[in-house]
Amino acid sequence: MIRDITIGQYYPADSVIHRLDPRVKLMGALLYMVSLFLFQGLAGLLLITVFLAACIGLSKVPLSYMVRGLRAIVALLVFTSVFHLFLTPGEHVLFRFGIVSITMEGVANAVFMLFRLIYLIVGTSIMTLATTPNALTDGLEKALRPLEKIRVPVHAIAMMMSIALRFIPILIEEVDLIMKAQMARGADFENGSLIKRVKNMIPLLVPLFVSAFRRADDLAMAMEARCYVGGAGRTKMKPLRYAKRDYVAYLILAAYLAGVIALRAV
Amino acid sequence: MSIILDKVDYVYSADSAYEIRALNKISLTIEDGAFIGIIGHTGSGKSTLIQHLNGLLKATSGGIYFNGRDIYEPDYDLSRLRMQVGLVFQYPEHQLFATTVFDDVCFGPMNQGLDKNEAGLRAFEALKNVGMAEEVYYQSPFHLSGGQKRRVAIAGVLAMKPEVLILDEPTAGLDPKGRDEILDLIADMHQKLGITVILVSHSMEDVAKYVQRIIVMNDGSVLYDGTPKEVFSHYRELEAVSLAAPQVTYLMHELRAAGIVADDGATTVEEAKESILKAFGRKGSV
Ligand SMILES: Nc1ncnc2c1ncn2[C@@H]1O[C@H](COP(=O)(O)OP(=O)(O)OP(=O)(O)O)[C@@H](O)[C@H]1O
Ligand SMILES: [Mg+2]
Repeated sequence: MIRDITIGQYYPADSVIHRLDPRVKLMGALLYMVSLFLFQGLAGLLLITVFLAACIGLSKVPLSYMVRGLRAIVALLVFTSVFHLFLTPGEHVLFRFGIVSITMEGVANAVFMLFRLIYLIVGTSIMTLATTPNALTDGLEKALRPLEKIRVPVHAIAMMMSIALRFIPILIEEVDLIMKAQMARGADFENGSLIKRVKNMIPLLVPLFVSAFRRADDLAMAMEARCYVGGAGRTKMKPLRYAKRDYVAYLILAAYLAGVIALRAV
Repeated sequence: MSIILDKVDYVYSADSAYEIRALNKISLTIEDGAFIGIIGHTGSGKSTLIQHLNGLLKATSGGIYFNGRDIYEPDYDLSRLRMQVGLVFQYPEHQLFATTVFDDVCFGPMNQGLDKNEAGLRAFEALKNVGMAEEVYYQSPFHLSGGQKRRVAIAGVLAMKPEVLILDEPTAGLDPKGRDEILDLIADMHQKLGITVILVSHSMEDVAKYVQRIIVMNDGSVLYDGTPKEVFSHYRELEAVSLAAPQVTYLMHELRAAGIVADDGATTVEEAKESILKAFGRKGSV
């Protein structure tokens, strides 16, 4: 039940996208998002489609995994496209019914918005599906390193992020287990009034917090036992280094963004 | 009055890349009043199996019948089933939550709809049954030792007066003394309360000493099902699935091979002693 929640689930595969440096993928995701909001017209959309299709193909992740994230936002998709459809003013009125009217511009807007949102979810999910959470935080840490100059505790933030990510599935499992154990004692998490339901959460939340604190304590102890003292002077077993493919990827990204901007003018 | 499993299959995360077939065509009959051990190595599906017996997991296919009624019928009262089939999870002490030991044990009976007095009586009786001293009843359960917490958690299930008591590795993480205490307690409850007990364990030694019937799980299927004697006679096959018979079984097989004893079916140290003494034509203590 609760286990079906997936947060940034990694899909193991051996592909160019998987092997890229996480910094490239982070940058790529960022530029891709920018491009989604920059593009205008069909030509731009076409270029983005080609780029996205290429990335999906290269990543070797089954399309069904990327589309899965869309299920959660179906309501949002319907909502925004309906809004754009009916509320965009324009000259070419296609259809009028009382005060409601659908314009040519409205249709175009709705379609583009729909594509934007779908492409946003699918595109960014490539990054999370093809990068392990650890690589992602490593990449983030290194990319944000310059901020250390202004006393931002980049290492600590990255460490906290990777621990948090690591604990999400563990906690989900724990919730599942405690829920089952309390259900075996007759607890009911589904029925009753709102107040009753909130009260019924106590037998779930107390053990969950107790175990989360115990785990945190154990982890802190284990880290200290291995002489962890924070980021200063710490080296990495697998330091991030750009390979040739990463530079090529940056070039492709730059060309892609330039293309999207250039097509705006068309 | 029994639990019948008919070709039960269970698949975790069905229809995804992470699909795991945890149970494979399990058919079993669990009679009233039986004392059954379920063993199998890690990941063989023991915990998955027992979560079916009180309806926490729903079989992907197959049927389960409790006292002759199909528990998957739409109008079957699953919450009642969960009280008739008490399930003590692995590390049950991690599920304690109330401010006092007593309140925690009352949780089950209160959910059954009993009033405060009646629930309190049940809790009292259950705590006594698991051998908890009265002075800790009103302490926080979080201040007890590991073994004590486990007793409290077991009492929490016992207080619902289940007809069937299932315990998932009740001895995990306890020292030898704590382990024997818990197992003796369970055997005692089986005798005294006359309930059906199902004991999940990794350890053949634990199981052999107490149960009347052993079910060996391997890779989601039942590999052997019989009395300890029958099951341990397959000790070579058990090794092949990374389980082992109790040490005395090996000893007795050696002794028989050497022509010293006639019967190598002993599964506990006591029985072994008897047959060795018999072989030497003596009776009494050594
Ligand atoms: N909630 C779950 N989600 C997905 N797979 C699971 C889940 N629980 C168990 N499994 C898988 O199902 C199989 C059987 O697990 P199960 O917990 O029943 O084994 P077990 O015999 O109880 O093992 P152990 O002795 O370690 O407790 C294993 O392969 C396990 O990885
Ligand atoms: Mg288990």
